[in-house]
Amino acid sequence: MSEMIYQLKDLKVSFPDMSKKPLLGAAPRIDVLKGLTFDIPKGEVLGIVGGSGSGKSTLGRALIRLIEPDDGAILFEGTDITHLGEDRLRPLRRRFQMIFQDPMSSLNPRRRVGGIIAGPLKLQGLDNVKGRVDEALDMVGLPRSFASRYPHELSGGQRQRVGIARAIALKPDFILADEIVSGLDVSSQAQVLNLLESLVQDLGLTLAFISHDLSVIRRLCTRILVLYQGEIVENAETPALFADPKAAYTRTLLDAIPLPDPAQAWF
Amino acid sequence: MSFLSIRDLNVSLANGAPLLRRVSLDVAAGEVRALVGESGAGKSMIGKAVLGILPRAAKVTGGSIQLDGEDLETLSPKARRQRIGARVALIPQDPLTALNPSRRVGPQITDRLVDILGWKRAEAEARALELLEEVHIQAPDRVMKAYPHELSGGMRQRILIASAFAAEPKLIIADEPTTALDVTVQKQILKLIREMQQRHGTALLFVTHDLGVVSKIAQSLTVLYAGKVIEETDIKAFFAGPSHAYSRALLAATPKYTDPDGSLTPVPDSVIQAVEAEIAAFDAGQMGTVRA
Repeated sequence: MSEMIYQLKDLKVSFPDMSKKPLLGAAPRIDVLKGLTFDIPKGEVLGIVGGSGSGKSTLGRALIRLIEPDDGAILFEGTDITHLGEDRLRPLRRRFQMIFQDPMSSLNPRRRVGGIIAGPLKLQGLDNVKGRVDEALDMVGLPRSFASRYPHELSGGQRQRVGIARAIALKPDFILADEIVSGLDVSSQAQVLNLLESLVQDLGLTLAFISHDLSVIRRLCTRILVLYQGEIVENAETPALFADPKAAYTRTLLDAIPLPDPAQAWF
Repeated sequence: MSFLSIRDLNVSLANGAPLLRRVSLDVAAGEVRALVGESGAGKSMIGKAVLGILPRAAKVTGGSIQLDGEDLETLSPKARRQRIGARVALIPQDPLTALNPSRRVGPQITDRLVDILGWKRAEAEARALELLEEVHIQAPDRVMKAYPHELSGGMRQRILIASAFAAEPKLIIADEPTTALDVTVQKQILKLIREMQQRHGTALLFVTHDLGVVSKIAQSLTVLYAGKVIEETDIKAFFAGPSHAYSRALLAATPKYTDPDGSLTPVPDSVIQAVEAEIAAFDAGQMGTVRA
């Protein structure tokens, strides 16, 4: 059995429901993740799929401890990080990175691309920052001269490459990609997905890819986790999931994708 | 006879940079035409030119837009607003920014009926309730009093659809109305738009970059690149095999979950270079005609 990068046991996350908060006292909690148990082996590309409100982004954010779970456990390479404090998380943060959905709002408009990629490197106190920035730009297929440009000078696809460069510059073991192609054109989408596929192979990355659209992740992901209202309804290897979806909700998600074919009976 | 007829429409920035290059297209009464292209192709710009809501920096520099046989460019701004307000409506992309967050939903639907069409407030409210039921909203009287943030994305988009159909327009411009929604909600919303369009016999100009969506909703499509019409055809012919290399590449880049390999092919650089050369040659030809 291959080594596990993540082990999750009965993970529970809830948020306060502020719309139902009484004047005095605590707001009632909404359970967003209702006890998830699964592992992510090293080198796996895991697709996390579900509709809006299914808890897929919450799960992603819990994995890299941007939020603290209520209950259950998250083990990162055997270390329990469920309730770890920020000072003890910081050295680990270098090893799990995130690529964000909207490259426009996740890149500081007032900083140049080079500074954006260098930010986390400096925060982690690494040497040879310039060399590492150049290397990251090379890996995502952007010219090194882009380091002196501002985000608004780039196209959507190029901005998303900068987001990827910032994540891989730290040479992490795990990357979380949250809906990173849903704002892109089909052509840029294909370029970004192909780039991720080659980076995963070249760098030996483990990747979790969150999406609401199963069609974009068939090629990239080795395994797919389907979430519905905070619970795992299916966890299957990609070919098996597409050949014979077990959960009714997986079927619903597949049927909702419009194929570019007028003959498909869809409505 | 087309309800909307655009001929040789040129839109440029103040510095002369072209946004639309002699675009011609027709939408017949009751027809659904898709307008397809990548970001920056100018597909939203066409809708904005028709509605007269181009960004300040952009100007119509040539060509004509006819609505029901009447040239919009010859009308006074006020007359133009009247015509557009009564006959054309917009379903915008982002249902959150399109609704005023500080006002209740009801008045945002009825405003247009009262202000532009001169309906009485009570009539407009009755009509709004009727429409909310038509777009399958439960408890419409409660939703009328709700603020946008209290409603889900799908709900908000339903409200904007109801609002678009309120004045029984002859043409609706839908600008990527489902891009911000997840696949299951997208399906419900597309189904609703199609149902409403058929029931009301409204013509629809559907702006999108998703050829999957196009194949489900449209009868005809126009493909744009850099503000120029690259291909114009009906749905069957297009999906049987587009005639332009760029359209073929765009179709090839569209993901198909039924493809076991699942591989995705970006539009190849060679195709981009060819279409860029075509645009450059077109621009050079335009310069010639201007001088002559």
